[in-house]
Amino acid sequence: MRRACRFLPVILCLILPACSPPESSSATSSNAITDRGSDTLVNLALAWAETYAKIDPSVSISVSGGGSGVGITSLIEKTTDIANASRAIKPEEVQSAKDNGVEPMEFIVARDAIGVIVNPANPINQLTLQQVSDIYSGKTSNWKDLGGEDRPIVRVSREVTSGTHVYFLESVIRLGNSKDTTIFAADTLLLPSSEGIMSEVGQNPNAIGYDGLGYITPTVKKIRLSKDPAGPFIEPTVATALDGTYPISRDLYMYTNGEPTGKVKEYLDWILGPEGQKVVSDLGFVPIS
Amino acid sequence: MVRNRKLYEAIIQFLIRVCGYSAVLFVAAIFIFLLQAGLPALVEIAPSSLLGLRWYPITTQYGLLPLLYGSFIITFGAAIFSIPFGIATAVFIAEVAPRWMREVLKPFVEILAGLPSVVLGFLGYLVLAPLIRTTLNLPTGLTALTGSILLAAMALPTIVSVAEDALDAVPKSYRDGALALGATKWQTIWRVTLPAARSGVLTAVMLGVGRAIGETMAVMMVTGNAAQIRWDGLFYPARTMTATIAAEMGEVASGDVHYRVLFLIAIILFLITFIVNLIASSMLIRAKKRAERMLS
Repeated sequence: MRRACRFLPVILCLILPACSPPESSSATSSNAITDRGSDTLVNLALAWAETYAKIDPSVSISVSGGGSGVGITSLIEKTTDIANASRAIKPEEVQSAKDNGVEPMEFIVARDAIGVIVNPANPINQLTLQQVSDIYSGKTSNWKDLGGEDRPIVRVSREVTSGTHVYFLESVIRLGNSKDTTIFAADTLLLPSSEGIMSEVGQNPNAIGYDGLGYITPTVKKIRLSKDPAGPFIEPTVATALDGTYPISRDLYMYTNGEPTGKVKEYLDWILGPEGQKVVSDLGFVPIS
Repeated sequence: MVRNRKLYEAIIQFLIRVCGYSAVLFVAAIFIFLLQAGLPALVEIAPSSLLGLRWYPITTQYGLLPLLYGSFIITFGAAIFSIPFGIATAVFIAEVAPRWMREVLKPFVEILAGLPSVVLGFLGYLVLAPLIRTTLNLPTGLTALTGSILLAAMALPTIVSVAEDALDAVPKSYRDGALALGATKWQTIWRVTLPAARSGVLTAVMLGVGRAIGETMAVMMVTGNAAQIRWDGLFYPARTMTATIAAEMGEVASGDVHYRVLFLIAIILFLITFIVNLIASSMLIRAKKRAERMLS
C-alpha cells in the first residue's frame, strides 16, 4: 500500500499539466515575434532576426522552418505572427484563412535565383530550360543524349512540401504553361533537405539537382541556363538575377495576419529597408530593388 | 480507523485500476482518432486512385501501392540482414563466448540500441550511400538497400538481446543431457538449445522487424524517397509510408484530402505493427504455457 502511495505524485505530475488549457504560441505580447515557414527563407530569416536583435534588443524573434506550407498553415491557425513562404499563397489557403478569421497580407521580402546543379566531374556546362524540363519529366535519361558521358541521369529534388519544388514544377518542368500537366519522373529522388541535395550531387557524378542560389555550395557545379536554344546561356548569380537575364528566379514572401502593427510592423519595415536588404545580398539572395 | 483503511484501500485500488486500463484506453483512443481522421479518405478518393501506381499529392495522385511496396521491400531487406546475423550473435554471446567476453559484448549491444536513428542516418548518407553506389555500380547510393542495412543495424540490438535472454532461459540440464549423449557443441546448439528457445527467438525477430517497419528518420535520409515499384527495387530508391507521413504532414491543412490520405497510411501502419506485435506476444504466451506444463 505504501508503495502505491509513492507513485501517486508521479502520476499526478503526468496528468496535471495535460489539464491546463493549451497555451497559444501566438505572440500576443508585443515584444515577442514568431516567424515560421519556408526552409529556403529560414537562414535569411535567422540572419535578419540576429541583426535586428542588435538594433532593437527589446524584441525577441523566434524563427523556425518546416516548409512554406507549414508557415502558411501556422498563420491560418494563428500560431505565428509572420509566415515565410517561397511561393505565393494559394487561393485555397486564402479561403481557409478567411474562414478562420485571418486576413493574409503579402510582403515580397527578397528574390531568389534557382540554380540547376551537377557534379563537378560532369562535362556538361550549359542546358536550355527545355532540356532541363525533359530531364526531370523523364524524357531524357542518359547524359550522352545531352552531349555528356554515357551515364544514367539521377534526378534529385526537394520534397513535395517545399515551395522550391512547386516553383520548379511550374516554371521549369511545365515551362510556365499552366495547362501543362507534366510532373516529375517517378524515380526522382525527393530529399528532405538542401544539405541532402548538395551532398548527393556533390558526390554522385550521375546526379542533377536544383536549389536556391543561397544554398548552393562550392562542392557542386552550377549550370548556365537559357530559355532559347540559341543562347545566351546565363550563369546564376545575384547580378544576373537582379538584371533579369537569368531565367529562373522567384519572389520570396512574408505573410502577416492583416496590416501589421507595433513591433511586427517596425520589423517588416526594417527588412524592406536598406539595412534588411543588405543582409539579403550578404547571404547570396537577391535584394528587391 | 478500520473504515478509514477501507476507504484508503478503495482509492488506491481505483487508481491502480485506472492506470491499468489507461494503457488500453490510450491505444483505443489513438486508433479511434486515426479512424476518424483517415477513413473519410476512402470515400473522398476513388479506390482506383488509391490503388494507382503514382504517389504525387500536388496533382492529387494518391496511389498507395508504391509506398506499401517501399516499406515492404526495405523491411524485407532489413530482415534478411538482421535475422541471421542477430541470431548468430545471440548464440555466440549465450553459448560460445567465454564469460568475460560476454560481459563486455552484452552492454555494447545494448549501447547500440541507444544510438539515435538520426546519427545512423547521417552515417548512412555520408559513408554507406557512396560506398554502395561505387561497389555495386548503381546510378545512386540512396537506395532501398542502404535503408535496409541501416534498419538492420537498428533491429540487431533488439534481436540480439531478446534472443540471448531466450537462449539463457533454456535449462542447463538440456545442454548437459545433449552433451552426455555424445553430441558436439554445435549439434547441441543447433538441435537442442535453439529449438528449445524457439518461441523466444521468434519474438526477438518480430520485435526487431517491428522496430524496422516503424522507423522513420534514418530511412528518410538514405532511401531517396522516390515512390516507384520495380522488380529490382532493392537496388533503387524507394519511399516508405513512414517517410511519406513525416515529410508531408507539416504541409497539409487539417481536413484536406491529402491530410486524410496521410492518416489512412497511418491506419495501415498501425494495423501492420499491431499484427506483428500480436503475433509476437501470442508466441510469448504460448512459450510460457509450455514452460509451465513442463514444470508441473
